[in-house]
Amino acid sequence: MKDHRIFRGKDQVFKTEKSLDLDQFLKASYKKLEIEYPKFHKMDGLCKLGIIASEILFKNHSISSETALVFSNSASSLETDKKHQQGMGGIVSPAVFVYTLPNIVLGEISIKHSLQSENVFFIENQFNSELLTDYAEVLLEANKIPAVVCGWIDLKNAEYDVFLCLISKQGEIPLSNENLKQTYLLENE
Amino acid sequence: MKKIYLLEDAIISPLGFSTEENLNAAKNERSGLRFHKNLRFPEGFCAGIIENELLADAFLKIGEATKFTKLEQMMLLAVSRVLEKNPKIDLSKTALIISTTKGNIDLLKESSIPENRVYLSELGKVIKDFFGFQLEPIVISNACISGGLALAVAKRFISAGKFDQAIVVGGDLVSEFVLSGFQSFQAMSTEPCRPFSINRKGINLGEAAAAILLSSIKPEDPNIISLIGEASANDANHISGPSRTGEGLYKSIQNAMREARISAKEIDYLSAHGTATGYNDEMEAIAFTRSGLENVPMNSFKAYYGHTLGASAILESILTKHSLLNDELYTSLNFDEIGVSKPLNVIGSFEKKELRFALKTASGFGGCNLALVLKKEINE
Repeated sequence: MKDHRIFRGKDQVFKTEKSLDLDQFLKASYKKLEIEYPKFHKMDGLCKLGIIASEILFKNHSISSETALVFSNSASSLETDKKHQQGMGGIVSPAVFVYTLPNIVLGEISIKHSLQSENVFFIENQFNSELLTDYAEVLLEANKIPAVVCGWIDLKNAEYDVFLCLISKQGEIPLSNENLKQTYLLENE
Repeated sequence: MKKIYLLEDAIISPLGFSTEENLNAAKNERSGLRFHKNLRFPEGFCAGIIENELLADAFLKIGEATKFTKLEQMMLLAVSRVLEKNPKIDLSKTALIISTTKGNIDLLKESSIPENRVYLSELGKVIKDFFGFQLEPIVISNACISGGLALAVAKRFISAGKFDQAIVVGGDLVSEFVLSGFQSFQAMSTEPCRPFSINRKGINLGEAAAAILLSSIKPEDPNIISLIGEASANDANHISGPSRTGEGLYKSIQNAMREARISAKEIDYLSAHGTATGYNDEMEAIAFTRSGLENVPMNSFKAYYGHTLGASAILESILTKHSLLNDELYTSLNFDEIGVSKPLNVIGSFEKKELRFALKTASGFGGCNLALVLKKEINE
């Protein structure tokens, strides 16, 4: 997901006018994808992005509850952190504070899709395909986990870049550092 | 199967700037919690805060305090203590794994330090460059299990051969950012916290840094602790409250013990998360009894330090490690009377006891949970 366009693989699933602000884009995507999940409206930007992206990723797949989530970004939860920091001048909202951790998006996805699985949130300067590939491999092989969603979900100054990839024992594209990097770069153009 | 050893470690906390000082405090039931008041919190709060001058003094021996934030000084000091004890270490082949929940979040206010240092990858760079690590640091930010997760990630990558050893360092501050947040939850106690107690009223926050070297290279010293099992699982229940049935923690414990190939009755000591909130301690009690751990001597370290967030699981794992090495069980400080619905064997006073296996648990916002199994290797 980037620049108000959502892709599933190479297919564009949805797009809006670039003039929309982030909230409008997220609302429009939510409606178009018929997500129907009232909790969505209480979430912060990062979590909304994660819910939308995972919704598309999981479509038409039966996802094991053991599917691990291995996410990363560069800004952690900075957008919401700034909101909380501003709120500190007056009455602090617990509804904002609860989102000042990057791994909350893992929690929200886990709740919606009933995943009681391994989670980790890495902070990296930029998308690091090697780290994600290596860790996904460890989970799949050593820990016998059936599937892993790994990727990048960054939100900085209202600009976002989301790339999620479902990795399992079946599929067409074999997992490797090169393949993951190429897939990310392609979808980023 | 490679064995993963827990080697040199260091704790930087209000109870001292070395593991030895911290162990001494634990043995003597000394707490680092103090009552504080300021303009933002006129009614006061109880927290474990490191004195800035003491820290800067200690830091002067390794670097210029004005160039580094408080958190950086704490974490750099922790890593330097580990390196002092292991001067032959090859940093070009040693991974650096960092755990923090909010990092330099106090930089969001005005500061003389550039604002880009609020980015956690920048924190990683500061630590990497200070010591000359060659591998890119791995930074984990996963709420209060971050520290334990960092240990698990180190073990997983070492087992897979990505590297032979790693220094894992965790740290977090008692910041106004976090204080105001927990206050909005009404989750903080103005008194020293009472984990698992009937009179528990909430958490205290704490700041600390803790570092430890993990390695697959067997050391010469026969008295050594290894990390033989670890697992994490999400509750998939609520983002800020734990599962009422302790689902994720129970799963983590089962999976960690399965990997370690031990059963509940072999666990000699349980180092719990025990934040002293109504919900957390109750959830842990349920998960522990479901796992058959109700008779295992157990404690929480939160009344010594407060909740040190990204440092907590590492700091507490270090104390757990030394409990095993020294055959010592430390008091679960501030415990009054059991205040959870399930029976637990809370350590009421310091005790010497033969110990072999320990279980360390942690839980955090976002429904995350983690369990680690530590083993004392007897000369085999």
